[in-house]
Amino acid sequence: MNLVTFSGPPSSGKTAVILKTIEAIQQRDLKVGVVKFDCLYTNDDEVYRKAGVPVKKGLSGSLCPDHYFVSNIEEVVQWGKERELDLLITESAGLCNRCSPYIKDIKAICVIDNLSGINTPKKIGPMLKTADIVVITKGDIVSQAEREVFASRVSTVNPDAMVMNVNGLTGQGAYEFSTLLYDDQDHIETVTGKKLRFSMPSAMCSYCLGETRIGEEHQLGNVRKIELGDE
Amino acid sequence: MINKEKIKNSTVNEIIEEYPYTESFFEDQKLAVDDQDKSLREIFSELTVEEKEDVVFDIDKFASSLVSHISNMQEFLGENDSVVGKLSIMPGKDKDGKQENYSKLDIKSGEIISIVGPTGSGKSRLLADIEWTAQGDTPTDRQILINDEVPDKKWRFTGGKKLVAQLSQNMNFVMDLSVMEFLNLHAESRLIDNQEEVVERIFSEANQLAGEQFGRDTQITSLSGGQSRALMIADTAILSSSPIILIDEIENAGINREKALELLVGEEKIVLMATHDPILALMGDKRIIINNGGIKDIIETTTEEKELMKELKVLDKVLMDLRDDLRYGKNLSRISEELAAVKNA
Repeated sequence: MNLVTFSGPPSSGKTAVILKTIEAIQQRDLKVGVVKFDCLYTNDDEVYRKAGVPVKKGLSGSLCPDHYFVSNIEEVVQWGKERELDLLITESAGLCNRCSPYIKDIKAICVIDNLSGINTPKKIGPMLKTADIVVITKGDIVSQAEREVFASRVSTVNPDAMVMNVNGLTGQGAYEFSTLLYDDQDHIETVTGKKLRFSMPSAMCSYCLGETRIGEEHQLGNVRKIELGDE
Repeated sequence: MINKEKIKNSTVNEIIEEYPYTESFFEDQKLAVDDQDKSLREIFSELTVEEKEDVVFDIDKFASSLVSHISNMQEFLGENDSVVGKLSIMPGKDKDGKQENYSKLDIKSGEIISIVGPTGSGKSRLLADIEWTAQGDTPTDRQILINDEVPDKKWRFTGGKKLVAQLSQNMNFVMDLSVMEFLNLHAESRLIDNQEEVVERIFSEANQLAGEQFGRDTQITSLSGGQSRALMIADTAILSSSPIILIDEIENAGINREKALELLVGEEKIVLMATHDPILALMGDKRIIINNGGIKDIIETTTEEKELMKELKVLDKVLMDLRDDLRYGKNLSRISEELAAVKNA
């Protein structure tokens, strides 16, 4: 089984890109399944199910979605193996743009959209910087110039990544993208023992433990203060 | 190849002096540099935990990332070495697996090719084959050659340099910038030498294409449909790095379409245009007929069709004049008895 992790800001088009890509992969008689990670709510599992794709969803609730992801990824891999998938895709939303669910030696895809503004590549941290392939979506509704500037900014932030334009509505580019996802030489039995590419958003403070009161005396642990002094 | 170890021991100033375009790299990577005369090694050894978090990479990854950036940019700047003089499409098969009925389609730079066919017939697939420089590895089995050779894989994967630029119907400007700020931003990303001159030229060409003039300080998001398209076309013709331009219909409002195409081919671009409009289709040197996923025919525009084009332009002018009359509050009158006679025949 191959494992690919997809990540990207909310509403950037991850699900649309994955669905169009799966259509192309299924034509090669490969069995694809998806596990969707989200925070509070998602109905994307219904969308996948309608497309005939085996799917599970996991909602992190009050936890950091990245921490939830890494605590469950081994079980997810075993789920995929039981279903004899050829390709297992995990999809997680980079809710704070700091997300970094990528695992060393596991293909990592970041999906971002042209509409998010040309400074966005700079605002996204490890999720963009450590990805192997960056997929840019919604290219059909912005001007050619903006597409070019956006792609060049992405390349500046992550010069090693392959940068591709995929249209989640028409599927333009999805076939080509799909050829990069599956490698029949690749067999993942387990991810136990593998390492994350970068540490996840971290915090261990009184608020993590359920504190609700505001004020210095209630702040314990890993607390960072904003700089408001005169420059 | 740039030496990674040497880069680590270079100061930021030394690196920027040798590779000026790395300035934006340092900025975009959010590396906290308090003194540009320090070497990367020194800077990284002095980063606080928070700063390390911001920059994500350790020195080793940062240096290899910088090296990749420099080689990307060197390739990007050396693009004149790879001029696309001729694009060839070798036949593949249609949706039923039937071989396409032509031997080889050559398109030279400066040529306009129209693509016609019903919705869902495979126009997008053809354009995607070109963009991907297909080598029998797409559902159509087509092969794309550039200058009669199998193209370099770089066309597929690099961020800054794509083979095909696209202009489609529902494209909008989304940035909050004035016309001049926008053009300068695009020009900067292309790292061209004579920026001011090029930007001025795009501005004046765009104004010649647009039905209604716009100023340098106009916000791009408040341009009319015709003005936006005029600016996009002039900008793509003159500043885009892509040698092939793909146009999905140009709406017949607020823009001089003939001039727009002249501008594009004048810049030695290859223009592929999907359209259902007979005037646009006949502006092409040839047209590709697509059906059921395959190229059914390639028709050269005939002399008779070029004559027809003159008549079509008259019809077009008549409609345009009526539209103007309407806009300025005039009463509309009948055009001629002859036209009515033609219509009723």
